[in-house]
Amino acid sequence: MTDRITLRVTRYRPESETEPTAQEYEIPLRKEWAILDGLNHIKDHLDGTLSYRWSCRMGVCGSCGMTVNGEPKLTCATFLEDYAPGPIRVEPLSNFPVVRDLVVDIGDFMRKLPQIKPWLIRSEQEPPAENEYPQLPAEREEYERFSMCINCMLCYAACPVYGLDQEFLGPAAIALAQRYNLDSRDQGASERMDVLSAAEGIWACTFVGECSAVCPKDVDPAGAIQRYKFTAAMESLKTLLLPRGAR
Amino acid sequence: MEPFLWLLFSAGGVLSALLIPALLLLFGLAFPLGWVSPPDHAHLSAVLGQPVTRVVLLGLCVLALFHWAHRFRYTLYDGLQLKHLGRPINLFCYGAALAGSAVASYLLLAAW
Repeated sequence: MTDRITLRVTRYRPESETEPTAQEYEIPLRKEWAILDGLNHIKDHLDGTLSYRWSCRMGVCGSCGMTVNGEPKLTCATFLEDYAPGPIRVEPLSNFPVVRDLVVDIGDFMRKLPQIKPWLIRSEQEPPAENEYPQLPAEREEYERFSMCINCMLCYAACPVYGLDQEFLGPAAIALAQRYNLDSRDQGASERMDVLSAAEGIWACTFVGECSAVCPKDVDPAGAIQRYKFTAAMESLKTLLLPRGAR
Repeated sequence: MEPFLWLLFSAGGVLSALLIPALLLLFGLAFPLGWVSPPDHAHLSAVLGQPVTRVVLLGLCVLALFHWAHRFRYTLYDGLQLKHLGRPINLFCYGAALAGSAVASYLLLAAW
């Protein structure tokens, strides 16, 4: 078995190129190396000009999302060996503007994120009597899955709806809204409703499900969106059928 | 409007998934192939003579048609990328579902 593998890495240097190009690097194929280790080897030993984002190397920071052989992946959790004998294509995440090489601009998501108010909202401002809001394990389970999101943007890169229409609020933002809506300590669901149930919110989703398929933290944004569709549809029915006082 | 169209789509999907495979299995395979002895004409006619049966069948037809309309609309929007033709697509899809529902109502309720 060969002990080397080729990474075909997309390069884009906006100061000298108008289009991205592919550049091949041969690196050692080691059992314990993830794609990110391969990129770090290139950066340290072969070509110091290669640009990419990374930080924690352990699937927590959400920085190292890239497209590996056409699929959105966390490169710190995707191993070279699984793609042997190669070559392995490493490209920037789809659906985002490329800043340089493998670095994408996620400003669109960062602008959308505060719209869904991803924090605990209380209707009264006084702190609770015991200085904490007690929560049962069952109540915690309601939202725990959606709280695992690391904002890695793999779901946006995989979402065909977001690819066609960047106005779509998107999987991670909606899942995060549900993380707070379903938290027993939160009272802000009505404040998030306008943004979520807009045409560019949940209703733009056509339940392709790729977001949940690629999510490295098993958040299931598609499930969060479908669940909220039902909530929003019931609210609309109530608005239509019930008199104002009974809603 | 979208929440109500989605509720019809959703209800149509659930009902179709539950009832249509059972009906197809019975009337498409089990009865013609003799796995189960089929009910005679008088029996089936009596079952269909019940208003409840006809209302259930009408509900299935109408909801399945609206399920189709919603799905086909988004197939045209995203699959064929024709979202700029939104209005005619909506008219065609939901119009066809309404027309189909009218035909189903006529056949199941009025023309009985």
